[in-house]
Amino acid sequence: MSETTAATATVQEHAHEEHHEMSFWEKYIFPTDHKMIGLQYMFTGMFMAAVGGYFAYAFRMQLAFPGMDVPLFGQVTPQIYNMLITNHGTIMIFWVAMPVLIAGFGNFLIPLMIGCDDMVFPRINRLSYQIFFVSTVVLLLSFFVKGGGFGGAWTAYPPLSSVPEYNLTNWGSSLWIVAVALEIIAFLLGGINFVTTTMNSRAPGMKMMDIPIVIWMINIAVIMFMASVGPLIAGAVMLFMDQRIGTTFFLPAGGGDPVLWQHLFWFFGHPEVYVVLFPTLGLVADVITTFSRKKLWGYRTILYTTIATGGLAFVVWAHHQFIAGIDPRMANVFVVTTLLISIPIAEVMFCYIATLYGGSIRFTVPMLWALGFLMTFLLGGVTGIYLGASGLNIYFHDSYFVVAHFHYTFFPITIIGMFGALYYWFPKMFGRHLNEFWGKVHFWGTLIPFNGIFLPLFLLGMAGQHRRIYNYEHFPDLASPDLQGLRVFATASLVIMLLFQIPFLINFFGSMFRGRKAEPNPWKANTLEWIVPSPPPHGNFKELPSVYRGPYEYSVPGNREDYWPQNMPDRN
Amino acid sequence: MIEYFVENASSYGGEIDWLFDLITYMVGFWFLLTFGAMVYLLLKFRYREGVPAKYITGERHNEKRWIHWPHNIIIVFDVVLIAGAIWVWVLVKQTMPPKDDAIRVIAQQWSWSFIHSGPDGKLDTEDDIKTVNDLHVEVNKVYHFELQSRDVIHNFAVPAFRLRQDMIPGRSIAGWFEPTLPGTYDIQCAEMCGHGHGIMSAAVTVHTPESYQQTMAAIRDGTYESDYLRRLNGPPTPIPGTVKASDPDSYATLLAKSF
Repeated sequence: MSETTAATATVQEHAHEEHHEMSFWEKYIFPTDHKMIGLQYMFTGMFMAAVGGYFAYAFRMQLAFPGMDVPLFGQVTPQIYNMLITNHGTIMIFWVAMPVLIAGFGNFLIPLMIGCDDMVFPRINRLSYQIFFVSTVVLLLSFFVKGGGFGGAWTAYPPLSSVPEYNLTNWGSSLWIVAVALEIIAFLLGGINFVTTTMNSRAPGMKMMDIPIVIWMINIAVIMFMASVGPLIAGAVMLFMDQRIGTTFFLPAGGGDPVLWQHLFWFFGHPEVYVVLFPTLGLVADVITTFSRKKLWGYRTILYTTIATGGLAFVVWAHHQFIAGIDPRMANVFVVTTLLISIPIAEVMFCYIATLYGGSIRFTVPMLWALGFLMTFLLGGVTGIYLGASGLNIYFHDSYFVVAHFHYTFFPITIIGMFGALYYWFPKMFGRHLNEFWGKVHFWGTLIPFNGIFLPLFLLGMAGQHRRIYNYEHFPDLASPDLQGLRVFATASLVIMLLFQIPFLINFFGSMFRGRKAEPNPWKANTLEWIVPSPPPHGNFKELPSVYRGPYEYSVPGNREDYWPQNMPDRN
Repeated sequence: MIEYFVENASSYGGEIDWLFDLITYMVGFWFLLTFGAMVYLLLKFRYREGVPAKYITGERHNEKRWIHWPHNIIIVFDVVLIAGAIWVWVLVKQTMPPKDDAIRVIAQQWSWSFIHSGPDGKLDTEDDIKTVNDLHVEVNKVYHFELQSRDVIHNFAVPAFRLRQDMIPGRSIAGWFEPTLPGTYDIQCAEMCGHGHGIMSAAVTVHTPESYQQTMAAIRDGTYESDYLRRLNGPPTPIPGTVKASDPDSYATLLAKSF
């Protein structure tokens, strides 16, 4: 306790020294301010989301109308198709989900919500974004080198990814692995910062159980990330050496083992799913409690089951490899751990739903997105059971059922939940409100086509359609008009969904400058970021706040108001 | 429910379809229950003028049971699911019934070679019959297969048999199937294997004993006509809606039709 106070005191002095007028360069290009770094991550993520969405558009058009000149893109050859799907996956995970959810919202929210003026290592924070920026440039450049971008799927299984004669993208595959490695370094730096800040810089009086659940979730996520990423880095170095200097870590002819990469990759890859899930669960918790004016149901239950989920997530990775040539007996262990993970994650869902009980629910735009997240993620969660059941995985491995399943998890996490958070914190970020009407148009125009894209893919998966095929004409069982109809339906839905992002972009950039002005606490929420002006000044708090209670004390009997800010000593 | 999309042509396909149905009922129950509860709560507790929200922590004993009881029921469901999944898994992947015949499947970028054991039922003998992209098996016989890859990881996938298995270079992976329904079915490569992944198809024909003998004789004589090519080139026509690269005008019509 005394340590915490001492730490914040020094930080405070430091902050006062820095309050001078900053140049454009200092403020927007090389900032150390956590808010600006968060926004840099967010805008980079948005740009990459546009690239990833454009790729999805191109390859979905090819699937619906094979061989056509895709408008605004051109011919999708098999090679380009592979490049598109590979980099769509890579971009959406590493350059959209991670930077926006963890780095973007993490940077923006952590210091504000725990009541301090900045991250404890602001310059490391800046370095983190700069490395991330370089990684983005490297990835984008990899599409234009000789041979084209990497096309061996985002999982990059060797020997395909490690031998240029097999993948035929000599430079693309090396730049791809370098870009991923750089991105990981950026997030390691950011992650250290997040955990240290949360542990050391909390406002006086903020006990562990008074931390907003979103901050907990981001911290659990980055700890999981840091704990799981080591094997992937080792694998990436080995893969790079296989590609460039002819080692044979993954090449059987030289005594290597291709399955080793799969273990290293999925040891990281499965926890990664939860690394991006948890921040969104946290963001959504804040939105739901605020707009149902309810205390979060079972704060401790949610916290402990999340940690349990995180722990279990480290021992389920081989369910990606049930039929990848591992010892079949091993599958029996991993099927148990995999299906057990349904228990803690279901408890978290139940707690969220129970939070609605007895509430006074306002269907604002952020709330719609948050509820949309719960409903769509629910379907993503339950369809995971099919794939985790080893016996059924024999049929569904690498089929479109898998594609539909993980898009029903990742899309709600990365897009639907993220939009909820964006509409919720936009007033705090830019001091203005987003337009409510166009927000609702955007919501329904995204949610309905999203289901239109991926529900047919479940059916295609049941029909045995396998992934990463640019044209199904070589598979007569899959070339029937019925199945093609489903593919066209999915593509048409995608086009509609992408078109509905246009009003959002206009709303977003328009409201940033012309929107209705926001007061400091427009949603009447409890957490500390709402006591500072919108947008918060450099250094955040005029004087650092003290905290008297948890973040979700809504509708407490005996108060006049239905909210009770964390820093308010008396009744409200 | 899978059999509605793809007919089942192997002895263990029925068990896999059964497992799919079992899981569908179980997760369908939870999905509808949870979804229904959420919709109910949203309608019941929507904002009304003058009606304040309740203050509930969800941490008192009588409140926790709303989480605990579903939790306990999920554990029961999980035990059933795990038992079902492992039972099917052990049947397909962990046990091998006595073999009637053997085949070897060799994958490479981007084609399939199949080595049939010939009349003696043994691989690596003089009478082996090698085909490319055409696999021939006899109905109601247990086949033990060996999967090998020459270059990268491929995957031997036959949806009609409910079978998928990765093929790892440098290894020989064993497995089995027993076809039960005569007909010709797709073989897919279900693991990304490079630029030609999308053309790496083959066909398996399940024969009656008579037609099996005839086909094998035809292959030996050199008079055999490939089932694979017949299916690829003949009717039903390849994907409807396919447009030629040189014909960009049809785009508008196609998209308009699809809405």
